Amino acid sequence: MAKAVIDEKFCKGCGLCFTVCGKKLLKAGDKANAKGYYFAVQTEDDKCTACSLCAIICPDAAITVYK
Amino acid sequence: MDVVYKRSGALSDVSTTYCPGCSHGTAFKLIAEISEELDIVNKLVFATPIGCTTFSAPFHKFSTFMSAHGRAPANATGFKRCNPKRPVIVYQGDGDCAAIGTGESIHAAARGEAFTVVMANNQVYGMTGGQMAPTTLTGQKTTTTPNGRSVEACGYPIRMAEQIAQLEAPRFVTRQSLHTPKNILQAKAAIKKALELQINEEAYSFVELLCACPTNWAIEPSGIKEYMEKNVIPYFPLGDLKG
Ligand SMILES: Cc1ncc(C[n+]2csc(CCOP(=O)(O)OP(=O)(O)O)c2C)c(N)n1
Ligand code: SF4
Ligand code: SF4
Ligand code: SF4
Ligand SMILES: [Mg+2]
Repeated sequence: MAKAVIDEKFCKGCGLCFTVCGKKLLKAGDKANAKGYYFAVQTEDDKCTACSLCAIICPDAAITVYK
Repeated sequence: MDVVYKRSGALSDVSTTYCPGCSHGTAFKLIAEISEELDIVNKLVFATPIGCTTFSAPFHKFSTFMSAHGRAPANATGFKRCNPKRPVIVYQGDGDCAAIGTGESIHAAARGEAFTVVMANNQVYGMTGGQMAPTTLTGQKTTTTPNGRSVEACGYPIRMAEQIAQLEAPRFVTRQSLHTPKNILQAKAAIKKALELQINEEAYSFVELLCACPTNWAIEPSGIKEYMEKNVIPYFPLGDLKG
């Protein structure tokens, strides 16, 4: 099953990935990383299409997409 | 499960110092991906400017040298002439490339030096706190134009890609943007083409990237797309200018 996995070490919580996911699967999580950023998490990964738009727009190369 | 997209192996396992949503990260990511695709990770030399990317050497696996503000095209000329087999990217901010370093930029292009300039145009001096750059848009508020840039006092913003494109020697000159996934992929194709022309035909190439500096634009990253489409792209049209 497809999914996008966010590496909390690199995510800065910028939210750009939230804006491009057509299924609205990405949001800020409730945990902060070592830099203090509330890193993104994917909800409902059964709806992910592995389109990779989130990973393409991520300035911090924090997202791995699986299919 | 198959991996369909992953962090480039040419990036280090280090989080950058850039602000959330900063396009410098996107540009670096593309250069890293291209260097793997062209199998030049160990050969590529990344000339860093003065600006927010000055201390970027820890973020990737390329060789680097740093130059005084605006002088990277001059240093890269010397380096490349002595090391013609090393692909070179001269990465510059808009202030570095089109203000303090204008002379070096224009003359390296006029000579057709065999390197690729990637100019990250975020319309401000990012590193020093968001002062007006030569590319700052008319009416844009910056720390040195608190009421908005005026034509009377400051003239008009410079379109650097057009300046370079009117010279004889450059082989490929283009302006791309990093504000949507589609534009990011088009920018990647352009940087790759520029590097291939350098490697295969010893050509000079220039890629201007419209970048976001959400911190000094004082907007949320989620507003970058609208800001770019409304303010930036109308003055800095996208597409190939030469080649
Ligand atoms: C000779 C010299 N003059 C001025 C400075 C101060 N300075 C550092 S970075 C910078 C501007 C950088 O702006 P830009 O090239 O657009 O890069 P950005 O940070 O926006 O990526 C300036 C004026 C300097 N370091 N050296
Ligand atoms: S891969 Fe596509 S569908 Fe899946 S989370 Fe990313 S943007 Fe959404
Ligand atoms: S685009 Fe990248 S850095 Fe920004 S919130 Fe999404 S995963 Fe985090
Ligand atoms: S100040 Fe602007 S250009 Fe510099 S790292 Fe922050 S967002 Fe990027
Ligand atoms: Mg700048």
